[in-house]
Amino acid sequence: MTATVNEPATRQAATLPRLLPAAPEDLRGHLARYGPTPYRGQTGLLIDDIEASGLTGRGGAAFPVYRKLAIVAQARGRKVVVANGAESEPASRKDELLLRAAPNLVLDGLQLAAEATGATEAHLYTHHGATPEILRALAERAAAGLDPVRVTITQAPPRFLAGQESALVNRLGGGPARPTFQPPRVTERGLHGAPTLVQNVETLAHIALIARYGPRWFRAAGTSAEPGSMLTTVYSSDGRCRVVEAEIGTPLATLLSSGSQTRAWLVGGYHGTWLPLPQPTALTPAAPARSGPALTVPGLTVPALDAPTLDNATLRKYGAAVGAGVLAALPSDRCGLAEAARVAGYLAAESAGQCGPCLNGLPRIAAALAELAGPRPRRQVRADVERWVGPQSLVEGRGACHHPDGTVRFVRSALTVFAPELSRHEKGQCSATNHRPFLPLPDGIPTSEDDWT
Amino acid sequence: MTDTKETKETKAAKETKETLVVNPIDCTGHGVCAELLPELISADEWGYPIVDPRPVPPQLDREARRAVAACPALALKLMRR
Repeated sequence: MTATVNEPATRQAATLPRLLPAAPEDLRGHLARYGPTPYRGQTGLLIDDIEASGLTGRGGAAFPVYRKLAIVAQARGRKVVVANGAESEPASRKDELLLRAAPNLVLDGLQLAAEATGATEAHLYTHHGATPEILRALAERAAAGLDPVRVTITQAPPRFLAGQESALVNRLGGGPARPTFQPPRVTERGLHGAPTLVQNVETLAHIALIARYGPRWFRAAGTSAEPGSMLTTVYSSDGRCRVVEAEIGTPLATLLSSGSQTRAWLVGGYHGTWLPLPQPTALTPAAPARSGPALTVPGLTVPALDAPTLDNATLRKYGAAVGAGVLAALPSDRCGLAEAARVAGYLAAESAGQCGPCLNGLPRIAAALAELAGPRPRRQVRADVERWVGPQSLVEGRGACHHPDGTVRFVRSALTVFAPELSRHEKGQCSATNHRPFLPLPDGIPTSEDDWT
Repeated sequence: MTDTKETKETKAAKETKETLVVNPIDCTGHGVCAELLPELISADEWGYPIVDPRPVPPQLDREARRAVAACPALALKLMRR
């Protein structure tokens, strides 16, 4: 029973939001709310608290934070910490908002991570570079003597893969923001060969709060397996976009509309998974009208999946993951195939072009999906797509980074969830009445070599 | 006789536990590896190698090393897992 995982043990209700103030906060407001940065005075001391908190990375991979901290802390010599705010997912807005509203929480976390690992070099890497809010926060902190380690700001190029760990390290090192083949991981050999801790900016903000209030406080939100809260970027079917801090384990139906105006959900962004709307009948089977009490025959009842919730333990059963928290409710007047094809075209163009299966496979997958999204696709296209994204995928798991895997997951789930639409298109029909694009994509797709730096 | 031999081979496979790994960035799809070691490597429809992820069996150890040495891009490696 997954209910036990998701049901919080007896505990006090957590007060949210934890991370986002109502209005952007300067250093004075930050200190009034949270007090000074709680330095531990020694390398490694914070790591036990982070381990006890159960904090996982909020950049998408959900890797246990303490493990990366511990690996870098145990290394000798020069070490580096990086705040990764390059949320390259075009639909994600949460890191940008966090850096604008609570830059001091992120910078606290960066300094605490530097202390915990013994790093003497710190970086902030974002698509927006040195924004007024960041420059102001750094200046105020310098004047107050808060930051033991100087922070260098680097602007990330406008590419989907720019925030990938090894791509980030390459960019900070002066090269193009393209991924490299691992191992060694950047925690072992990162920037200029130094062990490098890369953490998403939201992760660092959580570290700053755990350092102040402790792991027990952190665990008052979320599930026991995946504690805490997370920032999500939510697109409603009416087209509105908002950033919501949600407890992990929150039912998706409280964040996304599931009524007749919604066709399907996208969970986890453009490397994520399309989900059909939860069927109320599957959750509470209605008793047949004339047969009296419903008969339950042991072994014959098919257990219905739980309604999807915002945690990986539950979403895994749907082949999905929370990723970096992008959630979208596709309106019922749109064609899911057309939406998926647009995004697949973008993802194909965003291949770094380094690995054969990605370079060759993604454009073909995107072209095939575009044909399937149009009227009367050729018959062989379905077979081609099956070979590229099916269970024996020729693309999945064959790149240096996870770009081909994420793209395959996205396209595969679209073909499953929008299967009825595929049949309509075969007959030259489409159920969409509104052909305006719904999911956001960057205006132009950069193509020149310079765009990687 | 056969039994002893099999046991020995299983033991050797356990001892080495080396697997073939392609660095997909370095790989240029030359195809030499799939030609030299068709037992463990096949080429996809674009000419890039699909490598058997299981440990290299001892009877193919020599051929595996030959394929690694022959890769013009130095993209094929034997790695201990």
